[in-house]
Amino acid sequence: MTDIGYVRTEMLPEQDAPSSAVGVVHWIRVNLFSGWFNSILTILAIYFVASLLYGVLPWVFKSSWTAHSLNECRESIVAQYGEGATGACWAVIRERYLQLLYGFYPSELYWRVNLAFVGLLVAIAPVLFAGIPRKVLWFSAASPFAIFWLLWGGTIWLPLSVVAGFVLGYVAYVLVSKPAGSLAGTIAAFLVPVLWWLLLAAPVASGLQSIIPLASESVESARFGGFMLSVTIGVTGIALSLPIGIVLALGRQSDLWIVKTICVGFIEFIRGVPLITLLFVASTLLNIFLPPGTTFDIILRVMIMVTLFSSAYMAEVVRGGLAALPRGQYEAADSLGLDYWKAQRLIIMPQALKISIPAIVGNFIGLFKDTTLVSIIGLLDPIGLSTSIRANQEWNGIIWELYGFIALMFFIVCFSMGRYAMYLERKLKTGH
Amino acid sequence: MTAISDTPKAGFRLSMLIYDTRYRSMTIQIIALIGVLTAFGWIINNTAQNLDDLGMKLGFSFLQEPSSYDINQRLLDYDSRDSHLRASFLGVLNTLVVAVLGCITATIVGVFVGVLRLSNNWIVAKLMAFYVEGFRNVPVLLWIVLSMTIFIETLPQPRDFRGDPPAASMVLNDSVAFTNRGFYIPEPLFSNSLGNVHLFGESSLRFDISLDLMAFLVALIGGILAARFVKRRADHIQETTGVRPVTWWQRLLLIVVPVAIVFYALGLYLGYPALKGFNFQGGIYARNSLIALWLALSLYTAAFIAETVRGGILAISQGQTEAAAALGIRPNRIMSLVVLPQALRVIIPPLISQYLNLTKNSSLAIAVGYMDITGTLGGITLNQTGRALESLMLLMLIYLIISLSISTVMNWYNNSVSLKER
Repeated sequence: MTDIGYVRTEMLPEQDAPSSAVGVVHWIRVNLFSGWFNSILTILAIYFVASLLYGVLPWVFKSSWTAHSLNECRESIVAQYGEGATGACWAVIRERYLQLLYGFYPSELYWRVNLAFVGLLVAIAPVLFAGIPRKVLWFSAASPFAIFWLLWGGTIWLPLSVVAGFVLGYVAYVLVSKPAGSLAGTIAAFLVPVLWWLLLAAPVASGLQSIIPLASESVESARFGGFMLSVTIGVTGIALSLPIGIVLALGRQSDLWIVKTICVGFIEFIRGVPLITLLFVASTLLNIFLPPGTTFDIILRVMIMVTLFSSAYMAEVVRGGLAALPRGQYEAADSLGLDYWKAQRLIIMPQALKISIPAIVGNFIGLFKDTTLVSIIGLLDPIGLSTSIRANQEWNGIIWELYGFIALMFFIVCFSMGRYAMYLERKLKTGH
Repeated sequence: MTAISDTPKAGFRLSMLIYDTRYRSMTIQIIALIGVLTAFGWIINNTAQNLDDLGMKLGFSFLQEPSSYDINQRLLDYDSRDSHLRASFLGVLNTLVVAVLGCITATIVGVFVGVLRLSNNWIVAKLMAFYVEGFRNVPVLLWIVLSMTIFIETLPQPRDFRGDPPAASMVLNDSVAFTNRGFYIPEPLFSNSLGNVHLFGESSLRFDISLDLMAFLVALIGGILAARFVKRRADHIQETTGVRPVTWWQRLLLIVVPVAIVFYALGLYLGYPALKGFNFQGGIYARNSLIALWLALSLYTAAFIAETVRGGILAISQGQTEAAAALGIRPNRIMSLVVLPQALRVIIPPLISQYLNLTKNSSLAIAVGYMDITGTLGGITLNQTGRALESLMLLMLIYLIISLSISTVMNWYNNSVSLKER
């Protein structure tokens, strides 16, 4: 027998972790003061934040909301908070926010812009979220024309005749593809609407207008401005650049040498020049490129250029997604006997687009921010308006309040787009 | 059983152009080519007709006419009697100045922010995230215009430096002045200057090369090459004997001493800006438009570069770090020998496109009145001569050349660091 002096027969009760290893203290030690270098960094950062808040918060809250000029603002702040007090002059936002939102749009017609915005939200809801009934997509398809009509006004027959082009294209496809095959049907579905829009749409619209006058008060483009202008250009660019970009990317990946060369040339040219030069082309040259006597709207010209610009970048993003897809996916699609378009639609594109979601949304954000460049060619987007407000005698010298408001609006839109992209990535994630 | 009777016919029918895969791709391509050529022809025809109606002839002779406008920030001599071509040339140089300055500072700030955002210090990481999200989600034009406005509205006028006591004073031992017209900093001058070499005579592209600068560059590059030789030799010794000689001080001396000797021989001294009349004289004068553009472009692009750097470091799997630690490498050597070389491969391609974006965004100079190529050729020259077509074609061509050069150089660099696969 070995001599065992002492044997514990029951387990000791668990002890709590030492107080330095749990709770707030532990968190602070690990995250803020884990070494001398980290401690210095933490103290510097806290000092920075504190001094920033100490400077900014009084400025934000010791403010004046009711004044009609910067001087009046300063006087009222001094009167309220004592000699030497300085604060924000939010009165400029209060006085000009309608202008910053709507530009010079007639104020009695603001409801049309608001309605168009609500329509836009309803239209994009089924695209963004899967929980929305699919029938709303019909509304989404119709909304561009409705929104166009709401914003610009004028005769309703013009957007309707444009819609008629799509209907005619569908009818032509059905009629031609039955007897002559799907390729001939596709060609007809392209040619008929284009001919309709180029030759017949405008006379038919004006003819119908003279028979059944149905028009709302028209608003000319020069009165568009503010965030409404940014959103109009941005949304158009976003909606059109993705499909064009996908086509360009497919063209660039294609085996057809001539198609590939054309696509590469277009993409590399657009990506090599700044957007501002394209906007200069829109403002000075586009009319020279068109048949003599054609003039068309500057906003429309800008939209075309912004769309072309963005679609080249989109093409590169989609191409990245296509290239990242394993070769086996293409081969699997081939071995299933799918033709090119079916393979793209059912196998390749859903995966390639999923891979490139972050970059696509990044492009959207970039496009929306780039709409501010139109202020350089004289359109009154928020930045253009800020210049004109600051040139005003009453508000001459105002900086942070105005630019802060504009920056905040852009930040909200762009940040939410980025967050949505993250949500979508999580939702579509199929890996483990 | 019936044999397959549908043997391919030898003859060629027109419908095979559409239905036979051997010919269909050709058909599609030729249709596409015809479509594109038709569109181009249509545009060219319209343009010719429109120009004819306006009574204008296409041509670049307007570039030789006197420009009759001033360029307020420039590297070379210029006056308003010089040609539009000269103005455009200075514009290109100004674009390159702001692009190079911007790329350098954006890289430094971006790498710094990107690494700090991965820091395990919670508050620092949050601050950096705040910076990145704030700058990324607001248009760069707004940052440019805002910085310019701040400079104009808040900095003192040059006349404020006058008076007793003056309302404003110079900083850093009276050597640097921040005014609302621009920043004045000391300039290097040489008492035994070697002078300049004048190139291209009296043409629009004439410029001077400072021999002092050349001497400095030769000394610097020679020093760097010598230091690299020492490093190679140290590597060689380490590989053969396993002992690495201590060479850092030799390499440092090899770089510093030649430069110092050149500066001493040339008699380097600093020319300080001084208030004369209504403005400062002497020193290097950087207009606030340049500084505002540089600052805004750097901070904006740095936010994107920071994300690139962060993504690159995160892309290196934890296993690499652990493997290096298992081999007994010290932590800071793990970073420089294992993680960074691999992260660099992930970082460089997006970094190239950020540099390109910065260069293209520098065209927003026109919003603050900095005379880059967009401000000269695409701005005043275009408006004065009315030659929109030629000016914009030339402008786009110049940007294309700049973009292609940057991407060529950076792609070459990328190839030299990328993983050598089979």
